[in-house]
Amino acid sequence: MNDISPKLVAGRLVARAHWHPLEFLFWAAAFASIWLLPGKYLILTEIAWLGLFALSLDLILGYAGIVSLGHAAFFGFGAYCAALLAKHEIINEPVLALIVSGVAAMLLGFVTSFLVLRGSDLTRIMVTLGVALLLRELANRMGWLTGGADGLQGVEMKPILGLWRFDMFGHNGYVYCLIVLFLLFLLARRIVYSPFGLSLQAIKDNPLRASAVGINVNLRLVAIYTIAAGYAGIAGALLAQTSAFASLAVFDFERSADLLLVLIIGGTGYLYGGLIGALIFKILQDWLSHLTPQYWPFWIGLLLVVIVLVGRERIGSWTLPFRTLANRFDWRRKESFGGGQA
Amino acid sequence: MLTILFDGIAYGMLLFVLACGLAVTLGLMNFVNLAHGAFAMAGGYVTVVTVNRYGVPFFAALLLAFFVSALLGLIMERTLYRRVYGKPHLDQVLFTIGLVFMAVTMVDYVMGSSQVFVQLPAWLQGQDVFFGVGIGRYRLLIIVICGLLTIALQLILSKTRFGSRLRAAVDDARVAGGLGINVNRVFAVTFAFGSGLAGLGGALGAEILGLDPIFPLKYMIYFLIVVTVGGTSSITGPFLASLLLGIGDVAGKYYVPTLGSFVIYTIMIVVLIWRPQGLFARGTAR
Repeated sequence: MNDISPKLVAGRLVARAHWHPLEFLFWAAAFASIWLLPGKYLILTEIAWLGLFALSLDLILGYAGIVSLGHAAFFGFGAYCAALLAKHEIINEPVLALIVSGVAAMLLGFVTSFLVLRGSDLTRIMVTLGVALLLRELANRMGWLTGGADGLQGVEMKPILGLWRFDMFGHNGYVYCLIVLFLLFLLARRIVYSPFGLSLQAIKDNPLRASAVGINVNLRLVAIYTIAAGYAGIAGALLAQTSAFASLAVFDFERSADLLLVLIIGGTGYLYGGLIGALIFKILQDWLSHLTPQYWPFWIGLLLVVIVLVGRERIGSWTLPFRTLANRFDWRRKESFGGGQA
Repeated sequence: MLTILFDGIAYGMLLFVLACGLAVTLGLMNFVNLAHGAFAMAGGYVTVVTVNRYGVPFFAALLLAFFVSALLGLIMERTLYRRVYGKPHLDQVLFTIGLVFMAVTMVDYVMGSSQVFVQLPAWLQGQDVFFGVGIGRYRLLIIVICGLLTIALQLILSKTRFGSRLRAAVDDARVAGGLGINVNRVFAVTFAFGSGLAGLGGALGAEILGLDPIFPLKYMIYFLIVVTVGGTSSITGPFLASLLLGIGDVAGKYYVPTLGSFVIYTIMIVVLIWRPQGLFARGTAR
């Protein structure tokens, strides 16, 4: 194994991009939940859009290393877009409205991405936080459009693709969210294992070195930030469409903060972190808010403090036994060595 | 017009006292403390409880607020914060957000979620008119106290031995440590003092800013604006920044109420893009 030829490296990288058996299991379980958990559609729907939202943060935090404390800006923007499109009957078809909202959030992400290029972590935190607060204030002041502090009421959703309407049990809504999540996940998976995604990880590890080997750091950061903004916007639009409502809460600081927690619980930088984190976070939140309806943020705060004090890496390692177990059944390992000898 | 200026100055000075502790922690340890407002809230509630329930004189309560918050800061620094110094900014942000959530719910649990007010002594209420300018007595008091504090801080920082140690540690902690300065202790004392000042600011500001459990979240962005716009390398930077912010916010809300806090956030983002080190930072890059 001493000579590391480009061919060997390429073989390894391609092998890494193959599907892991656990991933099949994960999605099989996710889709099985449609039939296995019929009474839980509402919370499952929340998990689906929260997972997508966390996935979006993972793209910039876990892969590009941008710390954002204002990711709710894009989420809220997407939510208001979708709600407004439906309310004023500009685009009646939810899927099309979803795409439009995502593109709108991408545009916003593109414009604001230039703000996060400069400065340190702190500057980025401040700027992202500032953008989210700015949008919240804007939504608050433009009451004629957004309904102000009361939220945007009277939104009526038309059937998905003209065929399936949002039923009161949330069945169709959940299936819709899950499919959107799955498709966007496939896209994200494709992105992060592409040369583009690998270059992002190089930037995260060392921006200076990355630019020295010829990666245009700023351009790549703008690109991934824009993509992530689109993901967040679609997540927000899913929330607005399934709940037929949008309020100022979509821009709240707590939402961005909770999102960080979601991602940290699941772990950053392997795409499933956001989804697993969303699952754990929602179940935890549901349980805690049953126990103490008013004071559950205390336990969330305590969890954050404990996670940091124990160390994020050690928290993430609880999945290790599962991963080693799964690696035994991993058929990709042979291929990776095979690629090396060819 | 002059009344607005006056109110703005009072507001700005208050913000300075609230935020200057944060400026030092950020400059000294490069530590992002989003929970700074929690100490201010502690001071505010100490004043409210002692004045309203136990009839402690207002000024004694202010002193008490300072010491309780400082003690709280010292304990937190020694037990929790020091474990997080070396960690990445992301960890610090998560950690302090967690603390804010806990502080907010704990105060909510103990004190209730409604807004509380301090019962001011009668002679501090009302307004006097000097040369046609309406001047609130309480705001005048704030300006006097905060002005004196600012001068005292400046003197401590520039004239005393501790001040020069602190400045040395801010400039370069490693070299300062090499010269025999106990940077950790300097930092612990500064952290406690900064928390105490925040507590005092919270106590003074309970009347103007309003005090409820979400205080740390509501004003977090203001503290951060002061620090980022003013820079962390001196005390004059944050001071000027808070005055600007105070006057800008009061005037903005008075003249263009439809825009609300919009102006402030925009200014902050523009400044951050224009000069990431802060508006009044010295030229040296750190």
